[in-house]
Amino acid sequence: MTSRVLLNPAAFQLVIKRLAHQLIEVHDDFSNSVLIGLQPRGIYAARRLHKELTQLIQTPAIALGELDCTFYRDDFRKKTLHPNRTILDFTIEDKNVILIDDVLFTGRTIRSGLDALMDYGRPRDIELLVLIDRRLSRHVPIQAKYAGLTIDSIDSQVVKVEWQETDNCDGVTLLSN
Amino acid sequence: MSKLSVPHLLGIKPLTTEDIHLILNTTSQFKDVLNRPIKKVPSLRDVTIANLFFENSTRTKLSFELAEKRLGADVINFSASGSSVKKGETLIDTVNNILAMKVDMVVMRHASAGAANFLAKHVNSIIVNAGDGAHEHPTQALLDAYSIQEKLGTVEGKKILIVGDILHSRVALSNIFCLKKLGAEVAVCGPLNLIPRHITTLGVQVFLDFNKALAWCDVANMLRIQSERQHITYFPSLREYQMFYGLDAKRLQTLNKEIVIMHPGPINRGVEISSDLADGPHSIILNQVENGVAVRMAVLFLLATRHDA
Repeated sequence: MTSRVLLNPAAFQLVIKRLAHQLIEVHDDFSNSVLIGLQPRGIYAARRLHKELTQLIQTPAIALGELDCTFYRDDFRKKTLHPNRTILDFTIEDKNVILIDDVLFTGRTIRSGLDALMDYGRPRDIELLVLIDRRLSRHVPIQAKYAGLTIDSIDSQVVKVEWQETDNCDGVTLLSN
Repeated sequence: MSKLSVPHLLGIKPLTTEDIHLILNTTSQFKDVLNRPIKKVPSLRDVTIANLFFENSTRTKLSFELAEKRLGADVINFSASGSSVKKGETLIDTVNNILAMKVDMVVMRHASAGAANFLAKHVNSIIVNAGDGAHEHPTQALLDAYSIQEKLGTVEGKKILIVGDILHSRVALSNIFCLKKLGAEVAVCGPLNLIPRHITTLGVQVFLDFNKALAWCDVANMLRIQSERQHITYFPSLREYQMFYGLDAKRLQTLNKEIVIMHPGPINRGVEISSDLADGPHSIILNQVENGVAVRMAVLFLLATRHDA
């Protein structure tokens, strides 16, 4: 097993800052925009971006939600699934939704996330933000509008994203056999 | 622990404590789903479930059917009356014929204890026991545990009293197994001839005096007198039973504490519980019914998506 660091803590922080600025360019004061992190790992990216955005634009409250798409997945019985909590304390009807996940790989999670989201209402539009985009490995035609880092990787490799909140250190590593 | 240790839900007895916690945790997720504007998820959209009810049921049957539909499963219903069972077909033949139509799961209620275990041994399908004779009614016990947890925060350490016809009750047995595994103290109360002789070996206390039992408990689960399973007379009259073991406001007022009142239904108003209490603020009877759908969704989801890696 070999590992290669893709983002060290300093670079990680830079990427988060850049993504936050890109979001501000499009969403201005976030009055009609909501951030939704995908369970289980996308919620940390969403929370971090929310914190960063709140500091940057000094807006009282940017809506932040967490969405679980376990019951919408197409791969149950192929692996054991762990349902998590969905927390959406606001309506997404006619909102600009920014769907956030840590790694975009086959696109299947996002596909199920979109289905799950639609059951909560009809947003005005949905954008996808990911920290790491593993391009060239998609199973479904889904692309991110904002990507922290785009990488080329093969199926057998694993992208490991670590967060200060859960792993005591920010960082992204590419693991290869 | 993220998957059930058993391939079927035949009873609470074969479940581990982790299994029960897994089911109750998953139930919370489904309760969220049921409180949304769109109360439906497509998790089991490629699963077909047969509900076989060889015995009458209102709540359980509707609750299972609703749970299945909320999970996006295809549902077929079967009741013994008006079927070929009346023409002498055996249980295994009936079920195998239904399974030949590509059915993935079977939910069964049957008047004979052990029917679900028997089926699990002889047919190739996932079996969910929806009540077998006076043996077990696992989903009722799970929804009761969930309702207690929801009301009191936890089941562990709580004193739970089951009152009434313990001898003929599958709800009582499943509840005892489930609550004991979750760390509760359990007692039963009723006329001596309606209490199974060796019940204390399950680790439960027996009260014959209802007032003492009420003073002891945090939760009272009132059971119905199962007249359909009683082939001899166990007490002189329902009125006498009501005087000794019926819960009413007067009896409750003698306690200087509040207790939670439960009932698995159907209620015989004025016998085991008075109308004002059944509809009163201490009663969580309708919460139990509401939670029943979420619990059954959790059970069906966990069994259907269980994979053997």
